[in-house]
Amino acid sequence: MSLSFTVNGETRTVEAAAGTSLLDVLRNHLGLVGTRFGCGLEQCGSCMVLVDGEPVHACSRDVSTLAGRTVTTIEGLSSDGKRQPLQQAFLDEQAGQCGYCLSGILISAKALLDRNPRPSRADIVAALDRHLCRCGAHQRILRAVERAAAVMRGEAG
Amino acid sequence: MTAALPTSLIENPRLDRWIRFLPDRTVRIASGKVEIGQGIVTALGQIAADELDLPYGRVVVLSGDTAEGPDELYTSSSHSIEIGGSSIRLICAEVRANALERAALRLNCSPTDLAVVEGRFLQCGAETGQDYWTVAGEIDLTQNVKGTATPKAASAHSIVGQDVPRRDLPAKVSGGAAFIHDVLTHGILHARVLRQPSPGAQLVSLGEAAIRRAAKGEIQILREANFVAFVSEAESVADAAAVAAERQARWDRVRKLTPEQQEAAWLRDQPSEERPHGAAAAASPPRNLVRATYSRPYVAHASLAPSCALAEYRDGHLTVHSHGQGMHPLRRNLAAALGLPIEAITARHLHGAGCYGHNGADDAAMDAALIAMRLPGRQIRVRWRREEEFGFEPVGPAMLITLHVQLDDRGYPADWTTEIWSPTHVQRPGSGGALLASEALANPPPPAKPTDPPVERGGGATRNAIPLYDIPAHRILHHLVLNPPVRTSALRGLGALPNVFAIESMLDDLAARIGQDPLAYRLAILFDPRARRLLEQAALRCGWASRGPAGTGKGLGLGFARYKNRSAYAAVAAAVAVDEEVRVERIWCVADAGLVVNPDGARNQLEGGIVQAISWTLKEQVRFDERGIASRDWGSYPILSFSEVPEMQVELVDGAGNPALGLGECSCGPAAAAVGNAVAHALGARIHDMPFTRERIVKALL
Repeated sequence: MSLSFTVNGETRTVEAAAGTSLLDVLRNHLGLVGTRFGCGLEQCGSCMVLVDGEPVHACSRDVSTLAGRTVTTIEGLSSDGKRQPLQQAFLDEQAGQCGYCLSGILISAKALLDRNPRPSRADIVAALDRHLCRCGAHQRILRAVERAAAVMRGEAG
Repeated sequence: MTAALPTSLIENPRLDRWIRFLPDRTVRIASGKVEIGQGIVTALGQIAADELDLPYGRVVVLSGDTAEGPDELYTSSSHSIEIGGSSIRLICAEVRANALERAALRLNCSPTDLAVVEGRFLQCGAETGQDYWTVAGEIDLTQNVKGTATPKAASAHSIVGQDVPRRDLPAKVSGGAAFIHDVLTHGILHARVLRQPSPGAQLVSLGEAAIRRAAKGEIQILREANFVAFVSEAESVADAAAVAAERQARWDRVRKLTPEQQEAAWLRDQPSEERPHGAAAAASPPRNLVRATYSRPYVAHASLAPSCALAEYRDGHLTVHSHGQGMHPLRRNLAAALGLPIEAITARHLHGAGCYGHNGADDAAMDAALIAMRLPGRQIRVRWRREEEFGFEPVGPAMLITLHVQLDDRGYPADWTTEIWSPTHVQRPGSGGALLASEALANPPPPAKPTDPPVERGGGATRNAIPLYDIPAHRILHHLVLNPPVRTSALRGLGALPNVFAIESMLDDLAARIGQDPLAYRLAILFDPRARRLLEQAALRCGWASRGPAGTGKGLGLGFARYKNRSAYAAVAAAVAVDEEVRVERIWCVADAGLVVNPDGARNQLEGGIVQAISWTLKEQVRFDERGIASRDWGSYPILSFSEVPEMQVELVDGAGNPALGLGECSCGPAAAAVGNAVAHALGARIHDMPFTRERIVKALL
């Protein structure tokens, strides 16, 4: 079947069999490899993307449900190749070790900051709690989201 | 010749294995140590840039490449800075000296008249027009390292000791093709493997027609004895075939496991090889003997990404990409397993998710190589499934530890025995183990005799089994359990975490016997000034002096160790709250790693080690059922989550007067011990067995 949806601001049309996951389409059809496979069971959050602004596990999302919708992946966070404050904050805090979890975490963090520019530590924890990080960079990641929120509010980072 | 060269230089003496001057005015440093999330590539680049007096950005690092880089075995045991880093430091110091000599000849001056500024050679402060690249052609890098050049003193470092940002992170926060998993070139073939349930299992039948139907696309099914692979141009098709194959395969001679085997207590009655170490047998009958038993179950590396590998066999040459911990060992192991001459294989490292030890990476490389050999000229990509990673990666071995401590008249240890039951901690291919798929081939390798690293080499099960405290006599009784139910191998710190947990738990309980504060008790038997300083500082940070009474549900505990008794030191304090579950609220860690190349990177490692240790202590256990490992997803193998990770305050004491010590694993044991002691303080009763489940908390209170 053929379907069209918006990915990172561009309309894309893909041929995919029914039941194909969004993750497979992103990585193998559209060349957007930044969204990672972790478990395929919605348990780790590595594959998180935004669908109409809401965080969604791409690993188990049937692509046929996306016709006409808007998908944002980690690649869509940078505009014109420039990193956003959120990404820069992760670098400023060196918030990562292996970095495999970061694409998904950045997506959930973006969704949080889009709806709540002044999140508490508890809000950030709640937004990221369905993401796993095996290296133990959690505290740095939480600080990075706080820093990004401050920068985006125009306060010192 | 100076004092003994690091082993990496003895094995790879030629300068050009380590360093090359590239035409774009950069220097390429090569290392056998690889990036596994610990930031080593950044740190090695800092060492080289500092020693050569180059801007950090002018040093590129080639890591894990059998064609051009040195063989430094595995990236393991916190050796990368101690051995790999000191090798690069010596190489760069020597090449710098050689370059200055050549420039001095050209300038008709003495090398001592020259200074290096950002790679340019200045004579008495003036530009000379000479730099590394103008003389590079005259430096013979085919020579062997002499090891006579003196590296800079720590006080002269300008890049070492700085918080240089990680080189690889920008791509990883931007969705770049940062990982081996992301190599999805046009024409690549995706493969999945049907895993042999256990070594020796025989595939009786395989419903290939049903598998092809379920795959819903073009698929090749490759079969050799008990190894089966599904290959397709579409990843989803290969994946669907592998899922269907689980139901369509009938196996015979499958080893069946029982839940009882998943417990460390099961090890005590198993056949074992006796490996005593240390002092002669203790006096009999024992005086003032205190005895207690502690345990950790089998635990998983549980990388966030399943293992992945690429292989291509073209014109008789096999090129493999892997995220394993050692490319040269992988090349040797593949050559042996595939019957290829070693020159016919190139192995190169690409980043994977953090591995924390020997996981499925090498096995995935073997899978890819086997398939590539059958399909010459095609790039093969194998990616394990999540359940495959949990079900078939080597796991960290269970350990059962009984401490027998004889006390002197004042209540301090006079004679200490650490008795350990554990399967091997190192079963890497070629040293006690085999590449997984080779077990499924027509001629599987003969069973290897289990072994374990000896104490002199840092130990496996015996790592940190000897307390660093001053105890007149100590020994280890190591029962190396010969036939564990599952494949076990290296997991961050090997035996250090269980041993430090046991020793530090015992010390708290011994202090309580004589009514002494646990910190004071430790300081009474700990003479190493670096160790004392850390414990005192950690106690200060956590407010130890105002620690409350035991049994209130709130606890504060300490843990200390020097990793391998010769690498970095760490003292950790933990504050916990316990009701039906343990909640670690705060952690303080003070570490001494001598000269630290990248302090922020080092703190990141210490923090990560603490989080993992808390996760292992509170939550993790690999579970078995009849079919083998039963915990095959994150639901049945939970790890510490964002809402469970404590606030952490991690600091490094100034250790620049001392050599760099490996630190990647040093915080794990002390963190587990601190949590154990804090929980005992909160409950007024000790839990001896990890993980600290609700049942164990309730039982401790009975």
